[in-house]
Amino acid sequence: MSFEFTKENLEKFEETLKRYPQKRAALLPALWLVQEQQGWISPESMETLAKLLGLTPAYIYETATFYTMYNMKPIGRHHIQVCNSVCCCLRGSEETVGYLKKKLEIEVGESTQDGRFHLSTVECLGSCGTAPMMQIDNDYHEDLTEEKIDQILEKLK
Amino acid sequence: MEMILSKNWNVPDQKKIDVAIKNGAYASLKKIFKMKREEVIEEVKNSGLRGRGGAGFATGLKWTFIPKENLSSGRQDKKPVYLINNLDESEPGTFKDRAIVEKDPHMMIEGMIIAAYAIGSHTAYIYIRGEYYKQWEIIEEALQEARKKGFLGKNILGSGFDLDIYQHRGAGAYICGEETALLSSLEGGRGYPRIKPPFPAIAGAWGCPTIVNNTETLANLPFILNEGAAAYKKFGTEKSPGTKLMSASGHINKPGVYEVEMGLPIRTFIEEHLGGVWKNHKLKAVVPGGSSFAPLTAEEAWATNLDFESCAAAGTSLGSGGFYVMDETTCMVRLLCFTSKFYAHESCGQCTPCREGTGWVDQVIKRIEKGHGRERDLQLLQDVCKNMMNGRTICVFADAAAMPVLGFLKKFGKEFEEHVKLGRCPHTVSLRGA
Repeated sequence: MSFEFTKENLEKFEETLKRYPQKRAALLPALWLVQEQQGWISPESMETLAKLLGLTPAYIYETATFYTMYNMKPIGRHHIQVCNSVCCCLRGSEETVGYLKKKLEIEVGESTQDGRFHLSTVECLGSCGTAPMMQIDNDYHEDLTEEKIDQILEKLK
Repeated sequence: MEMILSKNWNVPDQKKIDVAIKNGAYASLKKIFKMKREEVIEEVKNSGLRGRGGAGFATGLKWTFIPKENLSSGRQDKKPVYLINNLDESEPGTFKDRAIVEKDPHMMIEGMIIAAYAIGSHTAYIYIRGEYYKQWEIIEEALQEARKKGFLGKNILGSGFDLDIYQHRGAGAYICGEETALLSSLEGGRGYPRIKPPFPAIAGAWGCPTIVNNTETLANLPFILNEGAAAYKKFGTEKSPGTKLMSASGHINKPGVYEVEMGLPIRTFIEEHLGGVWKNHKLKAVVPGGSSFAPLTAEEAWATNLDFESCAAAGTSLGSGGFYVMDETTCMVRLLCFTSKFYAHESCGQCTPCREGTGWVDQVIKRIEKGHGRERDLQLLQDVCKNMMNGRTICVFADAAAMPVLGFLKKFGKEFEEHVKLGRCPHTVSLRGA
């Protein structure tokens, strides 16, 4: 399936180009736009970006895969990312990960069967003082308890 | 004493430009546009301000590395100069720059205008870590407000000085906080550090002179230009003037971001600011500057102050102020496991000693923690670490991965030996403790 930016995103992309002296610099913002539009970076989208930016699809693939936040395959609708770095561990992130695995009946790196959630552990999210914490999509949820996790997940359909 | 960076953090709506202006935001601009660029640099040099991103390098001095021909106006063939605000904040334990953005973003933008004026830059970027999405939104709004008020754009306040600021979102790579990796990422590539020299001040973004400053460093500038270098130097110690934002976490009663005067004893910080160690437990160790540095034992911590010199003398670093505390129940082997996992995950993979070293260190520490360690493993860890350090790699990431390992082995070696001898971890609970 080929990939095209929506009209709105194409405008955003063109606006982004103006910020840099070279086109290539717009690659990271462009990848963000792709992910915003369809949830992941498909091979077809990389071909489209290659044409737009005058780069090769291989270059785009090698760059995108360097960064952990670009999803190189489709994932569940809501991406739960639990910080499991040292400071969060000191305040209980090991327990948070354990609870989520049990609750969602999946392992880290998997999506639930209904495609509702995807669970990852990530490195420091800059939220050490409010640990344990998780990021779901663009939102931080901090000072987590089991009850709080239940309430947060309940609201996400 | 009223502090420098956090003085308006409790003001409701300080994020909004009208409120910020009432509290003095952007006041320094009228003053600096009457000064020559060199005079602004001189004032910052005199203030003794040192970079808050971790290295503690003198900010004013860094600015003077921009080639002179770029500073003098009127030359046709000169390259553009770029200013970059390093908001990639990713060092485990560090969350202070986030506080600046959430509580007083205009202070940071004003600081960027001052720095850009001083180095002759007309395009500046904020490199913000991808995870900070809400913070990215806050800054977008603040930039828009600043443009509307005429603090950004063409001919700012009639001074003839032009400046645009754009945000550039990272996408999840610790290494992009390293300034040359940041530049590679800004240019649209993998976040690979580059060999220095040339330093970014000579050949940075797109081969042009570039200054990369940490967000907290930039946020200090409005005070320095408003009140003067002498007023700034009243805070802190002689060699580490000013205040420092400390991100406090771990086994304490009151985690959070605190602005403290440089030189504050760690004991005072823990007992008075942080409400002491939690659960009435005893202190076991402190990492004062982020996960890349050696820990201090309780005894060492009580004899150390929060400034660059005192921390260096104690064999660690004030770093980025990522201060985390471990109580007496903490298993140091398990703690180091989580630290080493981070570095193995985040090595960019360019240099063999780092790519391989961080992976092996991670595996060996994991097996010790699981009780499968061998007696020679402790020596093996030291050998691997020593082969990663001191200029064997393009950037200092490998040193940052090795220093905590050597530090924990030196100070808590007995715990590692115990794990090997017992063939298991003697601690039954997680790092949070019972």
